Amino acid sequence: MTHPIPPGSRDILPDEMGELRALQARLAAVFERFGYGEVATPTVEYDAVLARAGDVSGAPAAHRFFGRSGELLAMRADMTVPIARLVANRYATAEMPVRLFYNARAYREVRPQRGQMGEFFQAGVELVGAGAPDGTVEVVEVLSAALDAAGLGRAVIGLGDAALYRQLLEEVGVADDDRARVLELLAARDLVGLAAEVDGLRVGSREREVLTAIPSLRGGPEVLDRAREMGGEVTARAVARLAETHERIAERGIAGRVALDLGLLRDLGYYTGAILEVYDPALGHVLGGGGRYDELMGRFGRPLPAVGFALYLERVHIAQAEEERIASEETVG
Amino acid sequence: MSGVARPTRALREGPLRLAVPRGALFAGTLDRLDRIGVDTGELRGQSRSLVFESGGLVLVTMRPSDVPTYVEAGAADLGITGKDVLMERSDRAFYELLDLGYGGCRMVLAAPASGDHVDEHERRLGAVRIATKYPRIAERFFEETGRRAEVIEVKGSVELAPVSGLADAIVDLVDTGRTLRENGLEVREEIAASTARLIANRVAHKLRAAEIDELAGRLAAGS
Repeated sequence: MTHPIPPGSRDILPDEMGELRALQARLAAVFERFGYGEVATPTVEYDAVLARAGDVSGAPAAHRFFGRSGELLAMRADMTVPIARLVANRYATAEMPVRLFYNARAYREVRPQRGQMGEFFQAGVELVGAGAPDGTVEVVEVLSAALDAAGLGRAVIGLGDAALYRQLLEEVGVADDDRARVLELLAARDLVGLAAEVDGLRVGSREREVLTAIPSLRGGPEVLDRAREMGGEVTARAVARLAETHERIAERGIAGRVALDLGLLRDLGYYTGAILEVYDPALGHVLGGGGRYDELMGRFGRPLPAVGFALYLERVHIAQAEEERIASEETVG
Repeated sequence: MSGVARPTRALREGPLRLAVPRGALFAGTLDRLDRIGVDTGELRGQSRSLVFESGGLVLVTMRPSDVPTYVEAGAADLGITGKDVLMERSDRAFYELLDLGYGGCRMVLAAPASGDHVDEHERRLGAVRIATKYPRIAERFFEETGRRAEVIEVKGSVELAPVSGLADAIVDLVDTGRTLRENGLEVREEIAASTARLIANRVAHKLRAAEIDELAGRLAAGS
């Protein structure tokens, strides 16, 4: 007789747990080296408190239930929102910036038959009270070191800007409603639908070309030049912040592993400026991501700029195993 | 925001892997590949193989509805499938890059040409029974047009459902409309037009950007 466990959950046995713990330790060592301190927050919080992050944070928590006196409780879907609450509560008078990291589990709803995890490990940092571009550059540097420590020397950090395309739409004079529709298509990665929607906009043909082409620009700093050539002043203004961030990253000597992506948008709604995604050639899934969320802290009564990232530990672990396998095959071959 | 997919497959290195749909889009896809200089002779033959190497690509053949699954997981870098298949996916963790233009057909609401149960049931019962292979598209269509439908998912010939009394109407993909006519059905409403689309894995789209853009450019020009 087997005793079932809910869909999306799983048991972890000693071999895997040992490797996951070793990975966590390596990442923690990097985070500590950069001056970050580890925190833990409650698995279950008040739904109303987490919901302060707004419906922009994607979706309500996957697991919600009533406490003893009828209050609505929720399990966290990520660590960024609980840490925003923690900083507002416990670092109210602290000198900024605050540097925190976590190795914790988060919980999300799973869709049936998709092989999804409803409970998973995340490792990440939050840098609260440091604006752009300094804070962003620091976090990219921590992320780069973390990937090296995980043995993912070939991993690439995609760098975009959550406001870039919105600003571009505004600057070429696209109306509010139309803007929302185009952004929705970009967030859904539907470049065919986006081109069709842009075709129907009441803007000039040159503007239409720019709006269609920009989301596909990704790669080295040359994509910024191409964007500027294509769209002139308007585009130059929209990519200015991303260009500055990238320049500063280049000064730190880690531009080699950063790929610019003018069409990047993240599913979580609270990002305001730079956004990050992590890719490794050994894996078809994104390893993690993050970015600036300069408006989130304000929702908890402490308007402070903030930036962070989270890595999906199980995915990093699988990528690590794949990289080891590829390396050993190359040595034998 | 839903659960996190636990990847089990490695993204392959070497030539780009393109998922090629068997079925209605197969011939159009092979013609397009021929035109950009990818020899598809082997795929057109009697071979039972599913994987072919040609023209600097690895071509993996599969059912059209499996294409998004392979591309999402990175088991294929790119894939070609119908817009109907993409519309039926509830979340889209891949890029839709190109409308390839061929394989045109329409997603329609069709009902028996004689004896109008659709209108009567909408009026008297407040809901219509719809049989379909595309439950999400059908539900969304009725929701967006402010109506109620009981959607029944069937796997085989949908035309059988109104004829046998399982449902009042169907939501299905039609090409020439001949199957509908032969079963006494007619198109009542158009839901969407569908053509073949090129989709890309999220990671491959970033890490192999130049190769993917180059191939997409050739496929677009080959129409």
